Amino acid sequence: MFISIDNVTKRYESRGGEVTALEPVSLDIETGEFVSIIGPSGCGKSTLLMLLSGLLRQTGGTISIAGKTVSGPYTELGIVFQQDALLDWRSVLQNVMLQSDIRRLDRRRMEARARELLAMVGLTGFEQMYPHELSGGMRQRVAICRALLHEPPLLLMDEPFGALDALTRDQLNVDLQRLCSDLGVTVFFVTHSIDEAVFLSDRVVVMSPRPGRVRAILPIDMPRPRRLTMRGSAEFTRLTQAVMEVFEKEGVLHET
Amino acid sequence: MTSLSEASTPAAGRTSPLRGWRIRIAFPYATLTFVGLFIVWEGAVRVFAVSPIILPAPSAVFLELAKNWKLLVGETGTTVYEVVIGFILSVATAVPLAILLTFSRSAERALYPLIIAAQTVPKIAVAPILLAWFGFGLRPKIIIVVLISFFPILINSVVGMKSLSPQMRHLARSMGASVWQIFWHFQLPNALPSIFAGMKVATTLAVIGAVVAEFVGADSGLGYVIMVATSDLNIARQFAAITVLTVAGIIFFGLIEYSEKLILPWHISVRGSRTEL
Repeated sequence: MFISIDNVTKRYESRGGEVTALEPVSLDIETGEFVSIIGPSGCGKSTLLMLLSGLLRQTGGTISIAGKTVSGPYTELGIVFQQDALLDWRSVLQNVMLQSDIRRLDRRRMEARARELLAMVGLTGFEQMYPHELSGGMRQRVAICRALLHEPPLLLMDEPFGALDALTRDQLNVDLQRLCSDLGVTVFFVTHSIDEAVFLSDRVVVMSPRPGRVRAILPIDMPRPRRLTMRGSAEFTRLTQAVMEVFEKEGVLHET
Repeated sequence: MTSLSEASTPAAGRTSPLRGWRIRIAFPYATLTFVGLFIVWEGAVRVFAVSPIILPAPSAVFLELAKNWKLLVGETGTTVYEVVIGFILSVATAVPLAILLTFSRSAERALYPLIIAAQTVPKIAVAPILLAWFGFGLRPKIIIVVLISFFPILINSVVGMKSLSPQMRHLARSMGASVWQIFWHFQLPNALPSIFAGMKVATTLAVIGAVVAEFVGADSGLGYVIMVATSDLNIARQFAAITVLTVAGIIFFGLIEYSEKLILPWHISVRGSRTEL
């Protein structure tokens, strides 16, 4: 098992007493899998991502990645947030190269790979531009390239397309799933869009409202590479309906 | 392997980060304002027959400037030297101290009250003491300049260094960045706009500090000239010296702003928001 999340809980101290963000969550993720976590706001999905990255410490349970227990920031991964967190004072290429500068990797090899990754997301020719000269979608693409520069086996994404418009989002979904299957990277993807989760993933983990628990894990058996037109298919509809049913049972979505 | 990208060519919407080189001939608002002011001033002095000891006419001030050009420039050199050396020293002490205060909670708790207390002591009260200790030379003036410029640079640097977004910090830590790397790659560049803001405030204070120090005891410098001219009731010379001081202050401020344009062309306060997509 590549990633093992075993009975993980997270509790916070707050003014009103203790807040449980995550009830015991257990999840195993295989190498090369694309797993989406979907749930309503506040269900703890971002918390789970932060725990997985080691940036946050769990209250109970263990997390291990590639056999090693996570007990501090786990660095063999790439991370992409909703706000792209690009450095305004670095150009596009320099931003991607930040990963290699911090990790002190071989500059020449990494620069070639950076240019390759930028080409894969359609940003050739934009290497010398600065973040303020790019649109939101372009900035996220740069952030994704940065996260993948050092060839990590794991990619964590926390609602990366949440701040973008629907068309850009669709395009980035297509680009992302192609990129990830080309690179063979394991992906842990947090989202609140059912369509996005079903479209991108091998499995969708559905969480309840706070305190978060895993309510269902749906395997997505659609062929790859996935095309946007698949979203109209019967199978796609069946899967998104299945997710919605879980939410309805949880009281997250209701028709009345 | 192609994918749809947002713009067809990289040239679309491209601007160079350093756009400042094109000099535009803008409408001379500032010049016209000053000319207007001088005309009104000259007129008022003549019409109301104001005594030259109360308010000299601009023509008298310009005459004084022209007649004693060499003297004024010579004295300016002294004051400028005090200001520049003092300013450099204040940056050299404020920024490292800001780093210390950012990284050490205990240093912050120990030193902050001391720094604020020192700041509230009026420098004009401190000047005579420094005079007694260091004499009439340049050293006490430079010390006053440092004392007066130090605080805005320190506070702005601390604020700048402490305002790294949590996301950036998470990103840095997940890359395995050391404390030094987080500082050098993230905190310091992020703090530069604040630091420059502090420096810009400090430039004007530095000039004031040098002049105040010279008032208290000096034998050269523009403050000295003002002091002597006042006691001689040569108000035109006083105004002339003030004019030179003002121009020097403006130039100094302009130099800091210019270096800001060179060092921070990426920051929104420098580039403006016209190029936002």
